[in-house]
Parts: sequence; C-alpha cells; structure tokens
Amino acid sequence: MYKRKLLASPFMVMILIGTIIPLCAIGYYGLTDELGGFTFENLLAIFEPDHLKALELSLILAAVSTIICFLIAYPLGLILRDSKLGEKGFIIFIFIIPMWMNFLLRTMAWQTMLERNGLFNSLMDFMGIPFVEIMNTPYAVVLGMVYDFLPFMVLPIYNVLSKMDKSVIEAAYDLGASKLKVLSKVILPLSVPGIVSGVTMVFVPSLTTFVISNMLGGGKINLIGNIIEQEFTVTNNWNLGAGLSLVMMIFIVISMAFIAKFDKNGEGGLL
Amino acid sequence: MKKIISFVLIAIMALSFSSCGRASEYIGELHVYCFGDYFDPELMYKFEDETGIMVVLDSFDTNEEMYPVIKNGTADYDLICCSEYMISQLIAEDLIQKVNKENIPNLKYIDEKNLKMLESIDEGNQYAVPHTWGTYGILYNTDHIKKGEITSWKDLWNEKYSNQIIMLDSLRDAMMIPLKILGCSENTLSEEEVSKATDLLISQKPLVYKYANDATRDLMIGDAADIAVITSGEVLYVQDCNDHMNYVIPKEGTEVWSDCWAITKSTKNKEYAEKFINFMLRPENALANFEYLTYAIPNTGMYSMMDKEYLNNEVLFPSDETLERCETLVTLDADTRKMYSRYWKKFKAI
Amino acid sequence: MRKGLKGIYIGLVLLFLYLPIGTLMVLSFNEGRSMAAWTGFSLHWYEEMFKSRMIVDALYNTFMIAITAAVVATIIGLLACIGIQAMSNRSKNIMLGLNNIPLLNADIVIGISLMLTFLMFGISLKYETVLFSHITFCIPYVILSILPKYRQLSSSTYEAALDLGASKPYAFFKVMLPDLMPGVVSGFLLAFTMSVDDFVVTHFTRGAGINTISTLIYSQVKVGVRPTLYALSTVIFVLVLIILVTANIISNRKNR
Repeated sequence: MYKRKLLASPFMVMILIGTIIPLCAIGYYGLTDELGGFTFENLLAIFEPDHLKALELSLILAAVSTIICFLIAYPLGLILRDSKLGEKGFIIFIFIIPMWMNFLLRTMAWQTMLERNGLFNSLMDFMGIPFVEIMNTPYAVVLGMVYDFLPFMVLPIYNVLSKMDKSVIEAAYDLGASKLKVLSKVILPLSVPGIVSGVTMVFVPSLTTFVISNMLGGGKINLIGNIIEQEFTVTNNWNLGAGLSLVMMIFIVISMAFIAKFDKNGEGGLL
Repeated sequence: MKKIISFVLIAIMALSFSSCGRASEYIGELHVYCFGDYFDPELMYKFEDETGIMVVLDSFDTNEEMYPVIKNGTADYDLICCSEYMISQLIAEDLIQKVNKENIPNLKYIDEKNLKMLESIDEGNQYAVPHTWGTYGILYNTDHIKKGEITSWKDLWNEKYSNQIIMLDSLRDAMMIPLKILGCSENTLSEEEVSKATDLLISQKPLVYKYANDATRDLMIGDAADIAVITSGEVLYVQDCNDHMNYVIPKEGTEVWSDCWAITKSTKNKEYAEKFINFMLRPENALANFEYLTYAIPNTGMYSMMDKEYLNNEVLFPSDETLERCETLVTLDADTRKMYSRYWKKFKAI
Repeated sequence: MRKGLKGIYIGLVLLFLYLPIGTLMVLSFNEGRSMAAWTGFSLHWYEEMFKSRMIVDALYNTFMIAITAAVVATIIGLLACIGIQAMSNRSKNIMLGLNNIPLLNADIVIGISLMLTFLMFGISLKYETVLFSHITFCIPYVILSILPKYRQLSSSTYEAALDLGASKPYAFFKVMLPDLMPGVVSGFLLAFTMSVDDFVVTHFTRGAGINTISTLIYSQVKVGVRPTLYALSTVIFVLVLIILVTANIISNRKNR
C-alpha cells in the first residue's frame, strides 16, 4: 500500500509548484509594497471608490447572468429529462457543442451581431421593433456572459435531474401532491447539488471575467477583472493587482465553502 | 483503445518533427513587438526569404501595454515599434540601445523634417528610426453629418451626436483632447489641469459609443458610428471603402506623432534587428507598407516612387502651417505618470 | 399543446445557442467584408486564412499544447487517483481539497499567480511556461473524471489476477485499466477541451510570439474583426464536431 501512495507524488509536485507556490507568490505580492515592505494597503485598496464601484458592478452583472442562466437552464433540464426525443445523449450533446467552440470566437460572434448594422439590429428592424442599442452597454455584457456560460449551468442541472429516483416523484403524486407542489417540494430540493455547482460554475467566471467586458463593453464597462488585468498589463502596479486578486479570491473561497456544504461527496455535478 | 493511443502518439511525434524541420531552415529568429497589423505581412516573408531569419511577430494595442513587458522582461523581444514619447521613456530607463548607423545604410532615405521632429526626444537620432507618422483628428461620415459642421474638439461633447462617437482608448492620446480644449499643453505637469481634463472626459462618457484604438477603422467602414477620433494614417483606407468620410484637424490644434523602430537593450540579435530596419527603409518596401497601411511614411526614396496626388494630400502630409498648431508628446517623470494613471483609472471606473 | 410549448422552448434555446455561430459561418463565405450585407459567395477568406502564417501557427500551437498537456495531465491524474485511493481518509480529503483549488479558482488568478511565480524564479515566459500552466489546470479535471470510476472498481478482479500469477503491471494494464478507460478517455477529452478553450491563463503566461487561437483572436479583435476570423471559427467548429462525433461513436461502440 505504501508504494501505491507514491504514485500520487507527481500530482503532489504539480500541485505544489503549480498551485500552492503561485498562491503564495500572489500573497507575497499582495501583502508587500513596491519596495518589499509589508503592508495591507493593496488589500484595503478595494475600498477606494473606483475599485468598489467596479466590484459592485461585477457582483451585480455576475448575479444577474447567473440568475438568467438558471432560469433558462432549469426548465430546459426538466424538459430534457422527460423527453423521449431519440437518444438522450444526443440531445444533451447538441446543447453542449457550443461549449467546445473557442470562447473568444463565441464572444466575437455577439460583437459582430450587435454592431449598429449587424444582424441583430437588422432583425429588429425587419420585425418593426425600434432601434435598440445594446452594444457597449451592461446589457451586452450580461448577454455575453449568459451565452458563454449557459452550458455550465445546463450540464450539472441536467445530470442531477436525470439521475433522480423517479419512484420518489411518483410516490409524491400518489400521495396526492399537485404538479407545482412536486416541483417545489420534491424535485427542486433534490436537485440542489446540481444547482449549486451550476451557480458556482457560472458565477465565478462571470465575476472575474475581463474578456467579455472588454469585447462587448466597448471600454465603457469596467469590471474588477478589468482593473486587475490593467494593473498587470498597463499600469504596471503588480502589488495592487495581486492585492485585488486576493480580495477576489475571498469571494471565490466563499463560493467554495458554499459548494462544499451542499456537495459532500466531493464529486461535483460536473460531467 | 490501444490503437487510438498509438495514433495520438504518432500524431504528436509527426507534429513535433515537422516543427523541427521548419525551424532548421532558418539561421535565427528575430522577435518583433509592434502595434497590431503595422506593416505589410508580405514583407515579413520577403525578409525571411532574403535573409533566412525567421520573424516572430507579436502585437500590442497601446504603448502603455507594451511598456511593462519590456520593463519587466516578461518576454524577450529584439525589436520594438512604439510612439516617440514611449521611446524617450525607454531611453531614460536604459531599456533600448543605440543603433549602429553603419549597419543601416538606408537611413539616408529618412525625411530630414521627421528626424528633426524627433530630436527633442532622441538627441542626434541615435535610438529611434521613424516608421510612420501622422496626426490625430476627427473623422466623420458626411452622409449623416453636414460637411464642415465639425471644426473643434468641443464638437465631440455635442449631445446631438450622442452614441455616435468613437473615442480613443489610450491614456496619453485620449487626455490630449480635453487638454487641448482647455488650452493646455498635452504634456502638462499640472495636476489641476489633468483633473479638469478628466472631468471633461467623464462628462463625455454618456455620449460615447465605444472607446477603441486600432478597431476604429473597421467600425467606421462598417458604419457603426458617425464620428471617430482617428489618426491621419487610417483616413485614406477608410475613404477608399467609403468616400463620404471627411477628416478634420480641430482648430485647437492636435498631437503629431511618430512611431519608431528601436532595438531593446536585452537583445541577443542586434544585427538581425538592424537588418530588419534597413529592409523596411528600402524605398520599394516603404512603398509596399504605405500601400498596405496608408500611413504616411517619412521616406524620401519612396516619395519619388509615389503618386504625386498622395504627396500633395494634406491629410497624409500636413502643411507646415498645420504642424505649427501641433504638439508632440514627450515622456513624463514617474510621479507625473502615476498621477496621470490615477486620473485615467478614475475616468475608466465611472 | 404542452408538448408544442416544450418544443418551442427547446427551439428557442437552440436558436440562441446556434444563431451567433451560424452567423459567423455564413459570413465566412461572404465575398465582402460587411457584417450584415450578403455580397456573394466566395472562399476567398479561407484562402487568406490558410495563407496567414500567424493563424496556421496559432492553430498548430493550440493543438500541440492541448494534446501534450492533456496526455501529461491524464498520466499524472491516473497515477494520482491510484495513489489517492490508497491513502487514509484524512489525507485523501486533503488531496481532494487541493485538487479543487485550481478547479474553482478564477482563471485570472491562476494566470497571474503562475506568471508571478515564473518571473519570481527568473524564468522568462516562453512556450514551456504556457505548457506547464496548461498541465497544471488540466490535472484536476482528469482526476475528477477518473476517481469516481476508480471507486466503483472492486479490487477483487485485480487481486484474482495477481493470485493467478500475473505480475502487478500486467494485472494493472490488462485488468484494471480497461475498466477505468471510460473515465480516462473522458478525462483526456475534458483536459483537451479546457486547454483549447483557455485564453486567460495563456494570456498571462505566454512569451514572445507564442500565440494560441485564443490570444490571436484577442489581439486581432483589437485591430478589427476580419472575415478571416469567421473562416477560422467555421473551421474550428467543424473540427470540433468531427472530434466529438468520432469520440462519441467510439465510446458508444465500447459500451455495447
């Protein structure tokens, strides 16, 4: 048995070099100033109005996108679960194919569609809906997030729903529960692990993205991800960038704790 | 299953061999870091065929984005192309080196006028070799806006054009505009002036459709907006696709800029870099670049090969009278730079 | 009636998912550069795409990095699963917790932290740094797909093979591995996908001239969206479709 444990050593080395040391590096940069002296300034910088505003906007947009994703994905999961449309593997396959397409290309597609004379406005025009300008607004960014991360919500929810024990639901019906009641008292509570893992998988990338806001926000939407990226690539203040990343990690740790609470098997709803 | 694994392994080996094969055809590599799409790509292949040096090209969007890469040495580049104010900053921080003029005989073609313009940032023209130059101005679509209606930077604050304006997304260039409106120098050191300029930029934000730099050209061609702040170099290209475009240098004056080649201090391939610069300065190559980019290129050898019509084009080659109203950006000391970034961030955050 | 509503719902979601991709695919055959008007059929942009060395190089880099990273990650992950399963419950939990960090961490933090580490140790960014980073974030996905399969595995067949005189490696490759294969394949595919799709980590850890499709698109979009990128999207989409369909067929046949 002892020898078998050794097989995990390449993994442990990779985790050490690739995860633990880098996290220490970020901690080191985040807690020191340019001269290397210890400081909390970079962490407290989150309370500066510019940063606070970006964080607030990021939280709002991420929350809105997550909710929209959930509202689209849950009914979809229910429908797919009950459907007899040929092979189930095939239909879920169709829903996740877009996930395999490069995510920058997917975002770029919306950029193309939403420009003033792009397809979106042409369609609106055709249907007689007055000219709506959503390009370079928070709406476009939310749309991009929903589009990019929707499969991450569909997949875990579908997984949980399709594995659910049908007899429990039938039992509820037999006991005289209405459809709504079954949904709210049986199906929904039982699918919580899938929902939680879907929510984290949409919320975390939405909260931390800088690409979508860059490509669909026209330089007008400044999320916390953009600020951190700018600190590294433009302003060249790595300490501040690392400090803000640490703050962002606090939010990630919160969601990790959240997922750990609901998902005790440690397997996640992923694939 | 085994078949699949062995297939994958064979594929990997085949791929890695093919890449080895390609590298061995070349005698060395030259890492070039420059603005996106900033010379005719055909020239790159021509250079490789001629010299056997492989060009590895990377691009950036703004000078500010390039600086940390060179400063921190995150990646090793031999040759860079950036704006003059950044060149002087790189000189001051000892990040670029003098070129050996003997290795670049084609320097003789460079327009004296442009060399003189660069004297202020690079005394004796020892570091920077000009690639392109031009001005910033306002381009507008005369299908939607009456010709002659726009004459001043202040017109960009006119609510009539709400959501029709594309503004610059690069710190110093974008700050230049409100500073000119306020009648200040674009190189001001005064925090009060920068603060006022920032307020102006913030007040303009609701009217702006998008902040962009190089993407502006295609957006204007695609009719995504009616007005854009753009460099003179893009104007011919846009007009070629849509001739209802008018370019104007606002009456408050503007920024005149030069983008130059420079060799990094850390390079191990200085000779290659010099060969590349020399190659780009060859008149027929300069002409190819002009035709590809439509940016003004200060190459006297090229002038004689060019259509006279272009030489007399005021947009490409502004008259001395216009140039008198223009100013060149110079680098600022570290503290002032920080002050600028602070205000820029404030503007971006709102 | 209800069935119709469900159909409409599925249709709408599919439309939302596929309309942008479809638009790109159609526009890639457009002769002109316009984003809206159809000016005639042409393969011109495909020709230009394959002539552009930057795009071809980026495609090559992307798949090279993805295949190498996925292979290495699969091997390390498989070994790790065996090792972790042999551990006491406590250390098992610690290992799984560590494994979850890169999984739940934000891309931007992974990218920045790796970049800082490389530079702190004086390693300048290059191809290898990108590759290493990709392996790092691929491993957890592999473990995630193999470990559940490994747990279901009863050790009795393996032990039976040993009792019958098989050597340990022989028993592993002939008895254990075939049962683990679905997990290994899905782990490999997942790692491959994550690597191909990654932008942020590559963005922060790449060196001079190392472009993957993602970083190339990012820099190109800043210069202006050109129809060559539409052609690229179409090629990638078709490639992905072929790979996925083949993988599906193979695994279906296996299951039967």
